[in-house]
Amino acid sequence: MIIWIQKAIGFAALITLAALGELLTEKSGGLNLGTPGTMCVGAATGFIAAFRYCQAVEEPSVIIILILTLLVSFLSAMLIGLIYSFFTVTLRINQNVVGLVLTIFGCGLAEFLSIYFVQSSSGNVRCDPANRVFTALIPWVSEKLGVVSDLLFSYGFMLYVTIAIAVGMHLVFNKTRIGLNLRAVGESPATADAAGINVSRYKYAASCIGSGITGLAGVYCVMEFKSGAWATADISTIQAFGWMAVALVIFAVWKPLNLLWGSLVFGICYWAYQYLPGMLGIKVSTDLAQMLPYIITIIVLIIVSLGKKKENLGPASLGMTYFREER
Amino acid sequence: MAPERTPVIQLKGITKRFGSSVIANDDITMDIYEGEILALLGENGSGKTTLLNMLSGIYYPDSGEIYVRGEHVSIRSPHDAYLLGIGMIHQHFKLVNVFTAAENIILGIDEGAVIDLKTAKKRILEICSEYGFEIDPDQKIYDMSVSQKQTLEIVKALYRGADVLILDEPTAVLTPQETEKLFNVIRNMRNAGKTIVIITHKLQEVLEISDRVAILRKGRYIDSVPTCDATELSLTEMMVGQKVELNIDRPEPKNCELRLSVRGLSCKNAENIEVLKDITFDAYSGEILGIAGISGCGQKELLESIAGLQKPEPGAEIVYISPEGKNESLIGKTPKKIRAMGVSLSFVPEDRIGMGLVGSMGMVDNMLLKTYNRGSTPLTDKKPSKRLAEQIREDLAVVTPSIGTPVRMLSGGNVQKVLVGRELSSSPTVLMTAYAVRGLDINTSYVIYRLLNEQKEKGVAVVFVGEDLDVLLALSDRILVLCGGRVSGILDARTATKEQVGYLMTNIPEEQEAQDEKQ
Repeated sequence: MIIWIQKAIGFAALITLAALGELLTEKSGGLNLGTPGTMCVGAATGFIAAFRYCQAVEEPSVIIILILTLLVSFLSAMLIGLIYSFFTVTLRINQNVVGLVLTIFGCGLAEFLSIYFVQSSSGNVRCDPANRVFTALIPWVSEKLGVVSDLLFSYGFMLYVTIAIAVGMHLVFNKTRIGLNLRAVGESPATADAAGINVSRYKYAASCIGSGITGLAGVYCVMEFKSGAWATADISTIQAFGWMAVALVIFAVWKPLNLLWGSLVFGICYWAYQYLPGMLGIKVSTDLAQMLPYIITIIVLIIVSLGKKKENLGPASLGMTYFREER
Repeated sequence: MAPERTPVIQLKGITKRFGSSVIANDDITMDIYEGEILALLGENGSGKTTLLNMLSGIYYPDSGEIYVRGEHVSIRSPHDAYLLGIGMIHQHFKLVNVFTAAENIILGIDEGAVIDLKTAKKRILEICSEYGFEIDPDQKIYDMSVSQKQTLEIVKALYRGADVLILDEPTAVLTPQETEKLFNVIRNMRNAGKTIVIITHKLQEVLEISDRVAILRKGRYIDSVPTCDATELSLTEMMVGQKVELNIDRPEPKNCELRLSVRGLSCKNAENIEVLKDITFDAYSGEILGIAGISGCGQKELLESIAGLQKPEPGAEIVYISPEGKNESLIGKTPKKIRAMGVSLSFVPEDRIGMGLVGSMGMVDNMLLKTYNRGSTPLTDKKPSKRLAEQIREDLAVVTPSIGTPVRMLSGGNVQKVLVGRELSSSPTVLMTAYAVRGLDINTSYVIYRLLNEQKEKGVAVVFVGEDLDVLLALSDRILVLCGGRVSGILDARTATKEQVGYLMTNIPEEQEAQDEKQ
């Protein structure tokens, strides 16, 4: 049971981080279906940077690994976000089309880069120093508190970074002017425009920073979830996590704090196939059990839309392009 | 009462064109004085809203100059207007639905990174108590009534320091009680030294609330008079102007038979407000029935009810009498069935594309839209549509690179020709058109008039909803005047005067009013 929850939390942190990026984009009215592709690019570039650095240097420094990996994956994912906003905001192309194209492009790019720079089309390549950095536990609290240690402190630092980002995002959305303006842009760009808010700038910023965060989730996945090993086959796993993140944003009704517990539900469901049948003493097909998170998302969507509470239906202009002269 | 004559805003030679043929404002020079309530009066399309949109930064004038407090300014965005202390309350509110009132008010104002809702709410309540507004800063917009939203828009403008407030037809959406309330706060604001400009076409309101009236007609500035020197009649005369001889043919109606009979038609819109009230009239074959009225007085709903696109309130009767003499009720029939019976509606909405035509399809495919279910095979037969498209292109001189070019690429007037041409081609027995000549140049307008007359001579009952009174008086045989969703009179177009129609457009005859009160 403890292991199940532990695994669920690890998984939850990962998709929460990806979902936080997507949430930020969606708050500005951009439905970025490029999330899976962005994650893959972030994962590949981050891993390549760490791998090359560890190869090139005799004794890799922890700090440099950390900064290099995170910075490279954040920036490269941001670039994908920049492409997304250029197409959807400046050229006003349909968001769904651009998003899906970027997912396909991102996955392909990740595969290409990893083959080109890591030179392995099959089998695992490991980057153990980086894995050690990402899985390092907090001293003392992770050992001395018994069950609490196991449940809350048996993870690498990214989990806590994720929680911090979620709380921070919540505060920004609800307490600051930037947050208010951003929400207005996502709800009603025409109103925001009339109030003197630069709609395009907000959309660009939200998509780029959001994509960067999503990219971090990619490298987090490789370094901790996959124990610092890279195989091109993992790209499809990362992609699946990306879709789950998109679903999670809806599940959390576009609220950052809801992502935290929502992802936990996803995590428990995700690992249910391994532990639940054993606990209940029944046999379920793995594939069926793995569908659980999606089924729950559908149920939540139904409940939310029955509730008719307008706040829960997501940003009103989500998925739409804005053009001032089209009144 | 003589307000101090310091102009707060001066407009000099303002001209604004839309496209090459439409002049919305033509060389307008006028002053707006500090601390007055100015009513801007004019018919539809006289350029009232366009003019004031240039003050609020929505449009930019093609030529002319604007002076605010004596200084030459250029207003390029709503933000610029706010900085000059000009706030405009549009008919369509600009509010974020899921935000509270307070959040909407402070949106976009730069007052530090962290929101201080407490101080903002305090200031909002101060403004409210100063002028007598009633709003709850914590209420969400989607819980508000139309009148509350309007109040909020005014408070929003005041919060941003506006001292010139422009209200675009503020009473159009309000009940009489709400209107009274609004007028009270408007007077309070005037007494506190604010300048208020109201766009309106309701004469009673002009006389009730304003200090001065400025009249626009067809994009030109006519005159301004102190309200105390004005009467309904004198204002109507200035608003509609002298009769213009138009030289439109008007053949005598022949073989008039009752074709469409409407009794007691009432209709509610989505907000449950009654937009049509007890409409009763007949339409005869071989005549043109003109429908006059300020826009938004129920013209659209009336036509849509007949075409089966709107559900009338119970108790209404819409009977179609076919040329063979068969009576059939149209209520409850699908639009497709009604169309098949020969009742055709061609509607030219404000945005032209959106009703009737699919913008991204070419002329041929748009023709096909009305006939797709003919023929016996599951495949569509494009040949007749192609022929029809070619014919319309030739007859109406539609300017298009090819009949396959998406209609959204055509100019507005050409789109309209396609729409009207298609409706005429279905050889209807009742033809309803709304704003068929809106935005068309003179020549094309005459082509449309000719086509309508041809239909009339063929024995079609034509219902023509128009905006230009001169055209209505010259083209129609009878004119039905709508005012606020009610029939305020049916006149013989051959003897009626422009003043008569203009007066009915803004007034419900008193006996009718008294009757309604009793009910």
